[in-house]
Amino acid sequence: MSSSDLIMYEEEFQRIDEELVSLKNSANASVVFLVDKNGQLIASVGDTQDVDTTSLASLTAGNIAATGGIAKLLGEEEFTILFHEGAKDNINISLIGSRIILAVVFDSRSSIGLVRLRVKKSTEKLAQIFDDISDKSDKDKAEGKLDDSPFNEISDDDIDSLFR
Amino acid sequence: MSFINYSSKEINCKIVYYGPGLCGKTANLQFIYKKTAPDKKGKLISLATETERTLFFDFLPLALGDIKGFKVRFHLYTVPGQVFYAASRKLILKGCDGIIFVADSQVERAEANIESLDDLAFNLEEHGFDLNTMPFTLQYNKRDLPNVVPSDEMDQMLNNRGVPWFDCVAVDGTGVFETLKDSARQVILELKKNY
Repeated sequence: MSSSDLIMYEEEFQRIDEELVSLKNSANASVVFLVDKNGQLIASVGDTQDVDTTSLASLTAGNIAATGGIAKLLGEEEFTILFHEGAKDNINISLIGSRIILAVVFDSRSSIGLVRLRVKKSTEKLAQIFDDISDKSDKDKAEGKLDDSPFNEISDDDIDSLFR
Repeated sequence: MSFINYSSKEINCKIVYYGPGLCGKTANLQFIYKKTAPDKKGKLISLATETERTLFFDFLPLALGDIKGFKVRFHLYTVPGQVFYAASRKLILKGCDGIIFVADSQVERAEANIESLDDLAFNLEEHGFDLNTMPFTLQYNKRDLPNVVPSDEMDQMLNNRGVPWFDCVAVDGTGVFETLKDSARQVILELKKNY
């Protein structure tokens, strides 16, 4: 397994959630979510009950991956912002560091200018939290297995039970 | 790259179905989707062309159950098999935890299988993975057709590493869950090694 596995702890998750809520409110957005570049949803806030956030996460990451591919072909390292405009809803997608994607869904109650301004501010804070997470999991790995790892006593039976 | 969330008690893993064009990768996902209880699956997303050839990827999230109080989710992806989609194929492999290689058992597709397996090894390397060490399962598909290469010959051609392999007829589901289960087992055991 690559050393790039992402491990999220309660404390950091709270910090991320608070930052996303604050971004959602200050940008007047309807949904804000974070995805890692491999398509895993990390956190989401806002009116998500009618939204299939898992699929949204996977497609957002696919979108970023395809755009990144285009950037490389054109000799760019990456395009850091994507914006899609719809009749009612719009989505602004941006990168935090090299592996996290921040997406903000908003309608006519907000504007692209406001969203970009707030996203820029939040990006710094979120980048710091993810740095902390990676320091923490590196430290835990260096010290050996995690105390309450769900994998400690996993058996073939546990795996079989998933498919019953 | 798996994602372990201690806050929401979730483990997320990514499994990618790889193989030559028209070998049955999407058929695998479609069967799994059909046979999985609604509360355990998300939407099956297919980014396909009008002729049902996969353009970018298919995606199926599965939440099969709990292990030690953690909800285990598998995100299943397929790649576009056609040769000219090489660039998108490589993108999907990013951060995968396990690979299922679907080989087309028909005699005339033997070369395409080998080509695709080479392509897989090369693309994985670009992402820093090694096909010789990562969770890897082989599936010999279309065993119901008349002009197939015998399984042991398929194995000689494709399975240098000696990983588990499964005879399969993806369209009627034979061997589909067996293959997935083996891959899931390898992925979880690999995580166990690391955490």
